Amino acid sequence: MTGNDLQSYAPLLLHLTLAMALSGVLVLLSSLVGWRRPSTTKSQPYECGITPTGDAREPFSVKFYLVAMVFILFDVEAIFLYPWAYIFRELRWFGFVEMILYIGILLVGYFYLWKKGALDWNRPAVRRDRAS
Amino acid sequence: MLDQIVFYFFAVLAVISAVMVVTRRNVVQSAIFLITALLATAGIFLQLHAEFLFIVQVILYAGGIMVLFVFVIMLVSLDVSLNQVQFNRQWWLGLLLALVLGAQLTIAVAVGRAGLPLGEPAPAKMLEPSTQLVGRVLFSEYVLPFEIASILLLVAMIGAVVMAKKKI
Repeated sequence: MTGNDLQSYAPLLLHLTLAMALSGVLVLLSSLVGWRRPSTTKSQPYECGITPTGDAREPFSVKFYLVAMVFILFDVEAIFLYPWAYIFRELRWFGFVEMILYIGILLVGYFYLWKKGALDWNRPAVRRDRAS
Repeated sequence: MLDQIVFYFFAVLAVISAVMVVTRRNVVQSAIFLITALLATAGIFLQLHAEFLFIVQVILYAGGIMVLFVFVIMLVSLDVSLNQVQFNRQWWLGLLLALVLGAQLTIAVAVGRAGLPLGEPAPAKMLEPSTQLVGRVLFSEYVLPFEIASILLLVAMIGAVVMAKKKI
């Protein structure tokens, strides 16, 4: 997209408007037309499933958080690829080498994570330190 | 005209959802409203022709940071916060101060505009796509900081592993 005035985003705006209108109308209609008779069976997460026990709001393992952290770090890495890809042709080899260097440094981190088993869910070592 | 409608739409959306973030009792609802607030801000960025900021806002904030927030919500127990008092007793004082500050800023902008003449807005068509400009600066003047940023990310990665794992 070369022109960056608002006109070029008109399809996006139309899409946004349609999506909001549709979801708004659906929620409004179902709250107006539908009738509610809640019962304990109906408000269960799985009406026809196993009877739930306990609370779903339990503290989770910190491993999930580690995965989220790593996701963000690689997300930040990926965001720098956008301006790079945009001017890739004018940068020529300089940009290519520069990006290889950048990704190479992060690849070290990736291998570190891999070796430490941060990406591995069922590693025996992980199970041992959870038990301890 | 369309510009203004779009701006006010996103601005009002951002403010309303930001207020909802702090007033909801359910943390998950707050998180959802925070996503709306961040996306509305992204809309304003796009309208200001800051395409790179827009994509950063959508991918990093609405995508990445929100994942982190939701994981934090999962990690802490919610029952404790549900039974706590949401605001302390000085909340009305805080609201009053915020309103006073808002009024002062409004007056300052309205009165001080004569002292600070705004430049003519650049015609939109003259601007280059901002992603291209960011890239050009990033790969000429700021090449070293850019590479240092990758080392910073590496350090953060190692730090996350060291702190999250009991046995390294």
